[in-house]
Amino acid sequence: MPRFDPRSIPAIWVRELILFKRYWRGTTFSAILEPLIFLFGIGLGVGAFLDEIDGVKYVIFVGTGAVATAVIFSSVFPGMYNTFIARTFQKVYDGILATPTTPAEIMVGEALWIAARTAVYGSVPIVVTIPFGLDPEWTMAAVPFVCFLTALGFAFLGQWISGIVKVIDSFSYFQSALITPLLFVSGTYFPISGLPDWAQTISHVNPVYHCIELVRDACFDRLSVSSWWNVLALVIFAAVSCALSVRTITRRLVT
Amino acid sequence: MLQRPALSIRGVTKRFGEFVAVDDLSLEVSPGTCLGLLGPNGAGKTTLMRMITGQTRATSGKINVLDHDVVTDTRAARRVLGVCPQQDNMDDQQTARENLSLWAALCRVPRAERKSAIAAALETAQLIDRADERVTNLSGGMRRRLLLGRAFVNSPKVVLLDEPTVGLDPQVRSDLWLVVDKMRRSGVTIVMSTHYIEEAERLADDIAIMNHGRIIARGTPSDLRRVHAGSEAVEYVGSPETLDEIASKAASIGLRTRRAGLSVSVLGVENTPVATLESWGRHSRRATNLEDVFVLLTGESLDA
Repeated sequence: MPRFDPRSIPAIWVRELILFKRYWRGTTFSAILEPLIFLFGIGLGVGAFLDEIDGVKYVIFVGTGAVATAVIFSSVFPGMYNTFIARTFQKVYDGILATPTTPAEIMVGEALWIAARTAVYGSVPIVVTIPFGLDPEWTMAAVPFVCFLTALGFAFLGQWISGIVKVIDSFSYFQSALITPLLFVSGTYFPISGLPDWAQTISHVNPVYHCIELVRDACFDRLSVSSWWNVLALVIFAAVSCALSVRTITRRLVT
Repeated sequence: MLQRPALSIRGVTKRFGEFVAVDDLSLEVSPGTCLGLLGPNGAGKTTLMRMITGQTRATSGKINVLDHDVVTDTRAARRVLGVCPQQDNMDDQQTARENLSLWAALCRVPRAERKSAIAAALETAQLIDRADERVTNLSGGMRRRLLLGRAFVNSPKVVLLDEPTVGLDPQVRSDLWLVVDKMRRSGVTIVMSTHYIEEAERLADDIAIMNHGRIIARGTPSDLRRVHAGSEAVEYVGSPETLDEIASKAASIGLRTRRAGLSVSVLGVENTPVATLESWGRHSRRATNLEDVFVLLTGESLDA
């Protein structure tokens, strides 16, 4: 394969932009509505029985946690489904590979797009939680960057999964056995301090946990030097899943 | 001095496990010519096309597009290539113009030239008045024309057309031939795989017949006819037994025959006494065609 050429990326984004023009209304609608439902349902509903968690009102806790749900859903699923459909049903990549573009450039271009989009949509729950009593902080400006980095890793992970399954139905294995546990053992809905020790240990290799830590630290003005460990964990996750995605998809596309 | 070939394939083999899809194949295509790559399904045409774009890696051998090796210099090779794939891979929900603008970007057409490149492709595809229609609303023939136009958006030097009219009705097919013919006149080199004889006969300057991963004959349509099938044929209709009998009589005086369903054609009869042919039964005389050559060489018939 020729060396990676970043000049291929804008062309990949042209495709994404054309598609985005068609679906942005629906995506924006659910990006705003879902955290609202979350906050009313779980935040206020469960919050009525709980006073505070980790020193914050439960509705705020779960509102900031909703960032993780939003980030994962809008990165790993497009990575899985869009990549699988474009590769197998539409044969879009076969077409693109006849132009001066490599599989690595397609995957990286698409993952960067997903990450950029998620930087915006993933941050919406924070905005929505403000009327529920979350105090605005300048450090919240870090949230889109956290979303970007997390989504990048999950987009690559989704692409990789799309390359190792034979049929689209197999996605449910990954959905149930990987994505759902990752969301639960991360501190999204409850702090991990309540979990058994072994589960807490596992959660430290869970990228969602690092995402949530960074988001809450940014929201509650708790960012510190040790936050860089969380950033590093997310960078490693993105790098590893990028390598897996590019390797697997290249093998699928170039025979 | 000999002209440098636009496409050169030297000793290329492709194995998929035990299966040999392309078998030590060599082929050169002169600049500005249209080569028709004719072969039955499974002959290895698509594998060969994919190796030219670098999407399938040859097990051994070398392929050059102009000066560019398709493996070591794949990006440069693909920059001068235009490809019309066998399977329509356009985005249904995008308009014709959007599809072309995406392709212009992917092919790295400089930004300043994109608009005119897209306009030219729409013109080639005869879709100027449907430019802003979503692809899903275009007819099968229009989609194919768009796919052809897309292959030209980067002003390629070498164009690969993989079965450009497969599955289209004859009316639409002849429309597409006009588009391909226009491309041919513009001076690009075309490699067109097809299993429609008429298509190859009309559009190709040169024909390569491919079977079991090899080129088994190469030449202009008229040369191939002359060498393999003579200039005239006579066709007999009858029961299978009668046809068998005619075939063996023809073989006994050194003539080649070709069976097609309810008839048998005796080929290269231009010097055979009329009395002999009449003694075998009623027949009709016709010029030989490429299909005769094809069936003789591959033993397989084509769905024309």
